[in-house]
Amino acid sequence: MLPMAGAPTQPLEFHVTSETHPPNGTLLGFWVYLMSDCLVFACLFAAYGVLGRQFAGGPTAAEVLEIPTVALNTALLLLSSITYGFAVLEMQRDRQSPMLGWLVVTGLLGLGFLTIELREFAHLISIGAGPQRSAFLSSFFTLVGTHGLHVTTGILWMIVLIIQVLKKGLITANKRRLMCLSMFWHFLDVVWVGVFSFVYLMGVLP
Amino acid sequence: MSAHDDTQHGHDDAHGHDDLGIHATFGGYMTGFVLAVILTIIPFWVVMAKVFEKSSSAAVVILGLAAVQIVVHMIYFLHMNTKSEGGWNMLALVFTIVLVLITLSGSIWIMYHLNDNMMPLMNPANLP
Amino acid sequence: MLAHPDLTKLIFGRLTLEALPLHVPIVLGTFAVVALGGLVLVGALTYFKLWGYLWREWFTSIDHKRIGIMYMILGFVMLLRGFADAVMMRAQQAISFGDNMGYLPPEHYDQIFTAHGVIMIFFVAMPMVTGMMNFVMPLQIGARDVAFPFLNNFSFWMTVAGALLVMASLFIGEFARTGWLAYPPLSDIVSSPDAGVDYYIWALQIAGVGTLLSGINLLVTIVKMRAPGMTLMRMPVFTWTALCTNVLIVAAFPVLTAALALLALDRYAGTNFFTTELGGNAMMYVNLIWIWGHPEVYILVLPVFGIFSEVTATFSRKPLFGYTSMVYASVVITVLSYLVWLHHFFTMGSGASVNSFFGITTMIISIPTGAKIFNWLFTMYRGRVEFEVPMMWTVAFMVTFVIGGMTGVLLAVPPADFSLHNSLFLIAHFHNVIIGGVVFGLFAGIYYWFPKAFGFRLEPFWGKCAFWFWVVGFYFAFMPLYMLGLMGVTRRLSHFNDPALQIWFVAAAFGAFLILLGIGSQIMQFAVSFKNREALRDVTGDPWNGRTLEWSTSSPPPKYNFAFTPLVHDHDAWWMMKKHRYQRPLDGFVPIHMPSNTGAGIILAGLSFVFGFAMIWYMWLLAAVSFAALLLTAIAHTFNYHRDYYLSADEVRRVEASRTELLARHV
Repeated sequence: MLPMAGAPTQPLEFHVTSETHPPNGTLLGFWVYLMSDCLVFACLFAAYGVLGRQFAGGPTAAEVLEIPTVALNTALLLLSSITYGFAVLEMQRDRQSPMLGWLVVTGLLGLGFLTIELREFAHLISIGAGPQRSAFLSSFFTLVGTHGLHVTTGILWMIVLIIQVLKKGLITANKRRLMCLSMFWHFLDVVWVGVFSFVYLMGVLP
Repeated sequence: MSAHDDTQHGHDDAHGHDDLGIHATFGGYMTGFVLAVILTIIPFWVVMAKVFEKSSSAAVVILGLAAVQIVVHMIYFLHMNTKSEGGWNMLALVFTIVLVLITLSGSIWIMYHLNDNMMPLMNPANLP
Repeated sequence: MLAHPDLTKLIFGRLTLEALPLHVPIVLGTFAVVALGGLVLVGALTYFKLWGYLWREWFTSIDHKRIGIMYMILGFVMLLRGFADAVMMRAQQAISFGDNMGYLPPEHYDQIFTAHGVIMIFFVAMPMVTGMMNFVMPLQIGARDVAFPFLNNFSFWMTVAGALLVMASLFIGEFARTGWLAYPPLSDIVSSPDAGVDYYIWALQIAGVGTLLSGINLLVTIVKMRAPGMTLMRMPVFTWTALCTNVLIVAAFPVLTAALALLALDRYAGTNFFTTELGGNAMMYVNLIWIWGHPEVYILVLPVFGIFSEVTATFSRKPLFGYTSMVYASVVITVLSYLVWLHHFFTMGSGASVNSFFGITTMIISIPTGAKIFNWLFTMYRGRVEFEVPMMWTVAFMVTFVIGGMTGVLLAVPPADFSLHNSLFLIAHFHNVIIGGVVFGLFAGIYYWFPKAFGFRLEPFWGKCAFWFWVVGFYFAFMPLYMLGLMGVTRRLSHFNDPALQIWFVAAAFGAFLILLGIGSQIMQFAVSFKNREALRDVTGDPWNGRTLEWSTSSPPPKYNFAFTPLVHDHDAWWMMKKHRYQRPLDGFVPIHMPSNTGAGIILAGLSFVFGFAMIWYMWLLAAVSFAALLLTAIAHTFNYHRDYYLSADEVRRVEASRTELLARHV
């Protein structure tokens, strides 16, 4: 305990004599970054909220959005979340190979998600419902696309991390990175909950 | 502290696992997953089976469930609690949620008013 | 050029020789001067063999103090550019009446006012505020560096890359002609097809990455790295305001990023967010940009409030009056700053309910600010006030800022705003708060902490000259604009027909001339102080009899800041140490864990600059290559696990012994 200030009879210590290490700030810093990312998405959601019904005589949300595809995509992303969770559990037990295995599964599920999303985009563009067609489609493509871009980044990061774990093993630095990616990946899930609810499900309501 | 005799090691290696903060459990992840699946299926069912006559009731249900699901993800997947990082994580999250709500509702409120006032022809009720 | 037109286009995009402003004599003259100056600088650096030193000790440095100083230098250099723009505008408006069209054609004049605004906010005020926080805050909390030292270096160079893009637009192509916030539809691809708006977008996006990362970095530093015993309510007020500002940066800059990204998509990909057709809504851009824009002004002014708090307490020889209320006022301002953004566009046509909501929140935010003013006044009350130069700036601030604040509350009344919106009254108001608040505060801070950074004080004579020229010049330059605004003159005009207005503009131009003398005095001040640095040397490390921890170190502080991490018992930690006759420890040193320098930051920022430039000119090949290189370099950097080293106890003992000797010689 520190001596109380204002007790002049007792000499105060004014420095620490041993070496001090401030606690590592990476996880907090990354969380703060995610919060800022959250605000980027807030703006894109706001743009969609304002412009999402401006069809400009073009296709409406109900006409172009396919709910079964989204349901499949949501399932893939949710599954990838739990598989990342399993990777974290293996990491806690310091079991490198199963951890890497779950990471690969997560990455593949992410790739599946991206493939389906890109096919959806390609289909929309092919029927003349590209992002240039109306303000609704601009905001739809940008919001969903930005999420997809984040997933892409996540997969790329996963690949890099797999290489780094293979090279260096499960050292503390790598574990911290795995936890950052875990936050990133689950954060994308949270955003996706917003996307499928606000954009897809509410978009197709009459 | 004995860190100064292992100069080969950086900061990262010299200190143990304690600053990873969280301890995840299988039960926690599974609870979160099951809840998330349920909370996802209901809104999809609401829309695909056209459960509600009125769009507004469906929208309320969807948004409400989305909010619950986000909380579930936060607790079980992102391991949010009031203690991690001395409460700063939670503080940052609460602050962000407030700002997100301000940004979303403020923008929609303002832009609705602008549309209503400046482009009366877009609102069928204002047509002559 | 190349024989094959397609290949030329692939490599050079839309950049042709016509983009070089060979036909504009003013720009050509400027270019000649800049090129000559640059050549002299490069020549001098080469002649004195300084490149290696600069690279090793500064450019690649991850020391928060050096990065802070580099931010300040960047800010000062850009201040010269931004001020040159201001002088050109004042000169144009002073002469451009009736038949006289002035010396600047409108398309040039429009670029100048845009560049002036962008540079002053993003590349003068922001770097200076960030630099100040970077230098002072870790010292105040008793830390050895920031939480992420490499990111700090990277952030700085990203800001430089953004500034360089703005500077490049002067000589290659043109800058935006849209005003500093580039509202669509004027800034969309139909109305502004040239590269100007693209320069604007990419400069701000690249610098924005730096700002955001430095915000996260400093925020985590304050949260995680405070010396033991420094609870939140024992943090110095400057650190508190730095905390609030960095929270604002982290929460506001993403909004700017998003708004500019959507504008960029409209321009590059043909989307319809802010266009006038297919459902786009330009007003949404105005809405989004001000969600960032209003917190931004508090990002600038809050740290400056912190500077004034430190200065007032130090030079009144009293603890700050109302420390707790000061802290709460800062926090309240932080939150409220998100609830007022619509007051920037009352006239856009929202209804009475929306306008009155935002009008009232705006008036409320003046309450915590007013509380702060009273705190400073009560700190001075019955104190032994020493009118050193920083204190002079503080007094000038209190007078000037109150005027600016009151005109602000006036503008917050929506009906009044309907007649004053976009008039010169508004221009006078925000210059009143930004110059009278931010700039005066930064100058107070520079004078106050200069001895800490460089080991010698600034020469007071030229400091006082600068003070009087600036303050009087400010009033001459902006009080006439209030009058003109009340008469209904709108902003951004390059020509007037009514000769009765001219006298006001001439007075304003005279004010700008006085400020020019002020800046000249400041340059003289730096030169004279450097020349007399031995006489002005600060050997104690505590030239002002300061109160906070930064004054417990030597001037300049050693690389590691503190040989032993301080233990804190009060928010005036150093004052308390002095009261208890604290003795510096002279032995028992332990090795200190330090981050290593790295060139990765400057390389990444350089690649970002190339990428931004390529995107501006549609050089798709170069853009793809530089983006790939950027990605690969960043990934490669993450493979470097050895980013730190230990400074041996012997080295620490040597540095500390030399200070002991210095102190002994000057008792």
